Amino acid sequence: MHISSRVKAVPASGIRKFFDIVSQMEDVISLGVGEPDFVTPWRIREACIYSLEKGYTTYTSNYGLLELRELLSAYIEGKYGVRYDPRNQVLITVGVSEAIDLALRAILEPGEEVIVPEPCFVAYQPCVVFACGVPVPVGTGSETGFVPRPEQIESAVTPKTRAIMISFPSNPTGAVMPRDDLQALVDIAKAHDLYIISDEIYDKLIYGVEHTCVASLDGAYERTIYLNGFSKAYAMTGWRIGYAASNPDVIEAMIKIHQYIIMCAPITAQMAAIEALKNGEGDMLEMIRQYDRRRRLIVGALNGMGLECLEPKGAFYAFPCIKSAGLSSDEFAERLLFEEKVAVVPGNVFGKCGEGYIRCSYATSLQNIQQAMERMARFVQKVNQ
Amino acid sequence: MKEILRILEEDSRLGVEEIASMTGKSPEEVKAIIEDYECKGIIRCYKTVVDWEKVGEEPVIAFIDVKVSPERGVGFDDIAERIYRFPEVRAVYLVSGQHDLRVQVTGKSMKEVAFFVAEKLATIDRVQSTNTHFMLKRYKEDGVIFEVPEGDRRLAITP
Repeated sequence: MHISSRVKAVPASGIRKFFDIVSQMEDVISLGVGEPDFVTPWRIREACIYSLEKGYTTYTSNYGLLELRELLSAYIEGKYGVRYDPRNQVLITVGVSEAIDLALRAILEPGEEVIVPEPCFVAYQPCVVFACGVPVPVGTGSETGFVPRPEQIESAVTPKTRAIMISFPSNPTGAVMPRDDLQALVDIAKAHDLYIISDEIYDKLIYGVEHTCVASLDGAYERTIYLNGFSKAYAMTGWRIGYAASNPDVIEAMIKIHQYIIMCAPITAQMAAIEALKNGEGDMLEMIRQYDRRRRLIVGALNGMGLECLEPKGAFYAFPCIKSAGLSSDEFAERLLFEEKVAVVPGNVFGKCGEGYIRCSYATSLQNIQQAMERMARFVQKVNQ
Repeated sequence: MKEILRILEEDSRLGVEEIASMTGKSPEEVKAIIEDYECKGIIRCYKTVVDWEKVGEEPVIAFIDVKVSPERGVGFDDIAERIYRFPEVRAVYLVSGQHDLRVQVTGKSMKEVAFFVAEKLATIDRVQSTNTHFMLKRYKEDGVIFEVPEGDRRLAITP
């Protein structure tokens, strides 16, 4: 039977291949997990359970519960000084994943281009393709801290460009894009009348620096589609709850798609999200404290064994360079897995410029990190002999 | 540097090098800070939480609420000290509510604990009454859950 050529055009996931290998093996320490190792804080789960006991099981407004939208609107305004009207500028989605898809489908004509700085989350480019767009990757490297230079973005703009899609703090690099660099990117978007789709899912997982909300920058508000969610900060990955905020026209277009394909995000997840916003900050800060400790430990260990690793200022990933080992990312990851039973993700999964790097997630216990680092050091020493 | 204290409170086995790595300080600084805390009594001791049932020993633990007649100028401190000097007393707290002191006692059997309360605790001058509760099951102690820990349910690799 026929399969859409657009779908066929998207290559098989590199992550999937590794997952299949790792799941066949025992006693592997996985540094390949892109979600928190914490369970959702009990008070948030309890609020959801209580809502079920009380019978909250129906559809909500397509936009999502008004209370949740109001809390989010107040939160964003309080933290970043950006005002979104909860009645028509905030949309609750099934994870940021759905919001990405809606945003792209809402703004793209077939064949239009979206500039996507790499290394980046594996879904961005496929989502552009599924939305009938053309992804235009812009590679970055450790020499710029995995942050795209303005001239790189400028040279990628063509008459077909509709949007730039970014995500900082970044998965897989942990990089945080400095305010000045973001402003330069916004200036380019303004000059060419482009959208900026900004996935800020890791905005709270930030260490020693301030996060810049893209929509708060000069000239950004009217053209930014701000995406965020609860998965990483509140350990709510499986709940599938995220949100988009933008100008009313964009949200109206997004909701047109959302209402037909999804109706609304699950009410139980929305009730839990309300509790997270009202009372979850303490739990969230404790998780961030734990991530910060692990971050310093893993980065210290990676540099100590000769794998040059820039200090990630956000998210929960380290992205060390493995070129000194004389192996490709795939070879390094496979051999490390089979010889020392440590799983990492080859950097090329996140874009061609990720070749020569690996992604190590520190969303795992201190003990696991310590053990994994010992095994990796042993492996690196062996390879270098 | 309270972060060092929090780290040690969770895992006192972590070495100076690791704590240095986690806090961005040098090992020498961390060592000096820890020694200073030890001198000042901020770090009182390094303990291990043991599940004795798993090695076939089931110590009997009891919580005893003690009502005391207060004495002017003395308060409760002297009587608390008199109680905590007994090695079988694991903890003593001054508490609000209907009783004054909450005492945790451990022994080899219920009889041994009961006799300790009757002969040593209740007989102290100024102790008006005691109310003993034997611990039946320990679920969580010192922040450590005693139930069988769940494994990592996450998929091994995710984007």
